[in-house]
Amino acid sequence: MKFVRLSHGSGGEETSELLSELLFSKVPDGLKKVSGGFGIDILDDGAVIPIGDSFLVVSTDSYTVNPPFFPGGNIGMLSAIGSINDVVVMGAKPIAGLDSVIVEEGFPLDELETILNSLVGVFQKEGVALIGGDFKVMPKGGIDRIVITTTVLGVAEKPIVDLPKEGDKLVITDHVGDHGAVIMMLQMGLSDAEELKSGMLRSDAKPLTPLLPAIKAYSEHINAARDITRGGLGGVLNDWARNSGGVLVIEGDLPIREPVKRYSEMLGIDPIYLASEGSALFSIRSEVAEDFLDTLKRQGFENARIIGEVRKSEKYRGYVLMKTVVGGFRVVEPPRGELVPRIC
Amino acid sequence: MEKENGGMISPKLIGTLEGIFRNNAGLAKMLVGYIGKFYEKLRLEYGSFKIMDFCGTHEWTITHYGLRSLMPNGLELVAGPGCPVCVTPSYYIENALKLGFEGVVIYTYGDVFRLPSLRSVNGASSLAEAKALGADIRIVTGIADAIADAKAHGKKSIFLGIGFETVASGYAQTLISGLLPDNLKLMSLVKLTPPAMLKTVEMLAKEESAVKGIIAPGHVSTIIGAKAWKAVAEKLRIPVVVTGFEPIDVLIAIAEALKNLFKGEANVSIEYTRAVTWDGDLKAQEMIGKAFRVVEDIWMGIGLLSDSGLRISERYSFYDAFREYDIPEIAPENCQDDLPKGCKCAEIVIGKDKPTNCPLFMKKCKPSSPVGPCMVSLEGTCAIWARFGADGLADRIAEELDLR
Repeated sequence: MKFVRLSHGSGGEETSELLSELLFSKVPDGLKKVSGGFGIDILDDGAVIPIGDSFLVVSTDSYTVNPPFFPGGNIGMLSAIGSINDVVVMGAKPIAGLDSVIVEEGFPLDELETILNSLVGVFQKEGVALIGGDFKVMPKGGIDRIVITTTVLGVAEKPIVDLPKEGDKLVITDHVGDHGAVIMMLQMGLSDAEELKSGMLRSDAKPLTPLLPAIKAYSEHINAARDITRGGLGGVLNDWARNSGGVLVIEGDLPIREPVKRYSEMLGIDPIYLASEGSALFSIRSEVAEDFLDTLKRQGFENARIIGEVRKSEKYRGYVLMKTVVGGFRVVEPPRGELVPRIC
Repeated sequence: MEKENGGMISPKLIGTLEGIFRNNAGLAKMLVGYIGKFYEKLRLEYGSFKIMDFCGTHEWTITHYGLRSLMPNGLELVAGPGCPVCVTPSYYIENALKLGFEGVVIYTYGDVFRLPSLRSVNGASSLAEAKALGADIRIVTGIADAIADAKAHGKKSIFLGIGFETVASGYAQTLISGLLPDNLKLMSLVKLTPPAMLKTVEMLAKEESAVKGIIAPGHVSTIIGAKAWKAVAEKLRIPVVVTGFEPIDVLIAIAEALKNLFKGEANVSIEYTRAVTWDGDLKAQEMIGKAFRVVEDIWMGIGLLSDSGLRISERYSFYDAFREYDIPEIAPENCQDDLPKGCKCAEIVIGKDKPTNCPLFMKKCKPSSPVGPCMVSLEGTCAIWARFGADGLADRIAEELDLR
């Protein structure tokens, strides 16, 4: 008999395989989207529904992060930020959200209050209305502490549906792997590490709404945008390589913090597969890439940089090629296996 | 060392070190130039040949940093048997499974936990499956964790000690200092690296492209010293370079090996001078000599090798799991068919074949569902290739894109 394994939920190859087999293949093509929009016919951050001259963008995600409290945040703020960011990288301004919370019997009430305060706090700060939701309790042992699902709706004039084009530059907005590294360290018993205790290393979870003006200004030139979560940068790059024919990244240009590099090396995990919760990748026409980068920097994304480009290979389609720091080449494989379970 | 923030090494210092040994494209280019020049001269005499790395971590460095793509055509870097989990016969895991089902608590490292056994025991084909079926299997990061835990519960327990010389000194210390509680026994499956290196290169001597240089393990050599490789260099008449684990270390080692080969010097040199000495850690060697006896051991893929394993010495046999649970050593004739059908791990561990030539690689055998041992351990050649897409694919793409 076959069973669901943790790796099926890691957002990598196994997740795609399971969902294609059990879900996507069962939905008739005509019902994979609303006419004139996009849905599960494409694999992007959210769905697009045409309404008059603009578009409604919808995204939903469940959050099971273990532990629910971590340096830099908790599951409440993470669940609000995660879905808001999915809508932002679709090119939409988030306007409303819904939350669905399932808690284990016996969960400390004050911790629940802290979590919900953070969730509401994010929505409030972002001016996103909380318009509905659900709340359930399961008997002790029926669920591990707390699971939160959020759905966020946004409005876009020109939604970004990922179609990276040959020659595009790849622009990253911030460091990669901070959130994943923190959760990995906590799960592996390194919560006493000096870098965590001193606050030097913390989850990067933050709303990406400050990107909206730049997205709007360059909407004609942006061919793809994605927030880097489960599966990490390696996951996004592989999706885009498949989509476009191939991408090239320069290892020396990847913004990865020193402790993230060091601890992931120590624990045998490549930081390129570690989740961020406050960094996005853009595929943008090369003529305007430098200007776009300057705009991002001016708007506070000081770690933003160009990390590579879309380079189609006719013979070997769909690979992510990396030029390493010593000038060698390797292929960045799509994320596989259970790298860090329950990261978000 | 420069320190700040309560004992942390400063990020600046780490940055400087990385700038020397890792992010150093300029030096890398220069070394690649040397390698090309020496190989050009050597090609006339030897044609195509191989340099073998032993350690799984070296294979990681080579693959991760794409060093193969920097080598001249005809100079091949191959991985040797440097993954302890990959060369441990299934027989011992099966015995651990049996004990697990008999109620003995089994302590193990994470990669051994997932290692598939050839024959199932009570329906379990790995310690992970035995755990799911109710056996008490606990993952630890070292013997110290097992000692603390076993002391606390007092139940009969064994620690599965799989590794090379690097783990042996720690085990020796616990035996000599009497740190093991009476209920915890050690199943020593420690293997010694120089005999395996020697045998592997001998086994490959008949191949069209022979091994003409060795990148010897850095961490192992901190214990046994570079001197331990002298016999290997002399018997095989090829240079051995004890090497560190950053990409620049490995490139220097390759250049050094080629230079020595060109000069006809079959000697041992130390590239990893910041950690390794000629004599090694004499205290650790003394402890290992006291706590263990050197035995003939069986290596998956290689077979029986004299003086290549460590079992607990008579003096400390009270802690020996083999004695406590009356486990007979494996009979050599029983270790021939020790792999699943179709699995080429035996050829892969000795560098005779490549993962991409195995019919199971990335088809039936993947990191998420490993069939052979080389896919289980993070240090296994197949697991490394699966993660970094080796075998020249990156080179071919780079060539097509005019990047080389």
